[in-house]
Amino acid sequence: MATSNRPLSPHLQIYKPQITSITSIMHRITGILLTIGTLLLVCWLVAAADSPESYEAFQGFLGSIFGRLLLFGWTLALFYHLCNGIRHMFWDIGVGFTISSAVRSGTVTLIATVVLTLLTWIAGYAMA
Amino acid sequence: MAEFKLPANSQVQSGKEWPKPQGATNTKAFKIYRWDPDSGQNPRLDTYHVDLDDCGPMILDALLKIKNEVDSTLTLRRSCREGVCGSCAMNIDGTNTLACTKYIDDVKGDVAVYPLPHMPVVKDLVPDLNGIYAQYRSIEPWLKSDTPAPERERLQSPEERAKLDGMWECILCFCCSTSCPSYWWNGDRYLGPAVLLQAYRWIADSRDEYTGERLDALEDPFRLYRCHTIMNCTKTCPKSLNPAKAIGDIKKLMVTRR
Repeated sequence: MATSNRPLSPHLQIYKPQITSITSIMHRITGILLTIGTLLLVCWLVAAADSPESYEAFQGFLGSIFGRLLLFGWTLALFYHLCNGIRHMFWDIGVGFTISSAVRSGTVTLIATVVLTLLTWIAGYAMA
Repeated sequence: MAEFKLPANSQVQSGKEWPKPQGATNTKAFKIYRWDPDSGQNPRLDTYHVDLDDCGPMILDALLKIKNEVDSTLTLRRSCREGVCGSCAMNIDGTNTLACTKYIDDVKGDVAVYPLPHMPVVKDLVPDLNGIYAQYRSIEPWLKSDTPAPERERLQSPEERAKLDGMWECILCFCCSTSCPSYWWNGDRYLGPAVLLQAYRWIADSRDEYTGERLDALEDPFRLYRCHTIMNCTKTCPKSLNPAKAIGDIKKLMVTRR
């Protein structure tokens, strides 16, 4: 019997998103975004080392609406990756493997990300 | 490398809509994945209407009603119809489960039925499980001991026996392995939750004397460590077992035995 033409059954296309899988893929995505964000940090340092003018120009870019949006997104990614990373550490010591605790820790991670990001930005503006 | 899109020969096309049963007032639509190896065509999604007033309560009842009364070519595996054999594992309403223990009433709207995800399809709802069975064979799922067999059985304390609870109940339906994105992308080298749960079942067995060798065989970037604790496995297990925890326990043993 010919088996080479067997189709592959649908997977991503049909599997319902689960809070477990969504929080997992977000960990990866935020990790990649943080890596890209690090380049932004390097640009900032290079600008500071280069001259007062380029530092001024880069500060201007970060202060613009677009720059602030980038920084806000980066803050979200940072806190998500941090909180979910802590979640992973609990799993590494064997804690939190029931469905209910995994759903709970995922929800807490999402809420903590938003709260920590907002607190950081409120604190940032308050100090400015 | 992960292939997110289906290959050209696997794209699902819209299929036939079968007529509604006459005189029925309480019908539900079942959209079922069909693939005929002899047709030379792509898979398609056929729609069947089932009279719920004249049908058992489970998804399997509806599938068998369709096969018996509407379209005898519909192909699926089933045996025990009570959740102990694992034959009728499939993707129903977006998650993997057993057709025989899933209530029709638990699905809102139309019922989408697909074979277990990311597997080669033999026909319709029947996936090719040869690869996953070979992986199961690779963990040597039997008692290995150098101590000569005693006159009677090898004894265990109640505590030692209790360690196997939550593992011996596995029916090898492979709902968990085929729900795991990591297994989708690396199923050729990653063993997947079902097989790793069984690996741990023998690692945790106090009568088995090959624990070290078993762990050695798993200490590999792919076989064990492609598990990223996504936990779709535990979420979908129709027997409410916890493969994610078993894998976590194996990872812990890897560290603590150093």
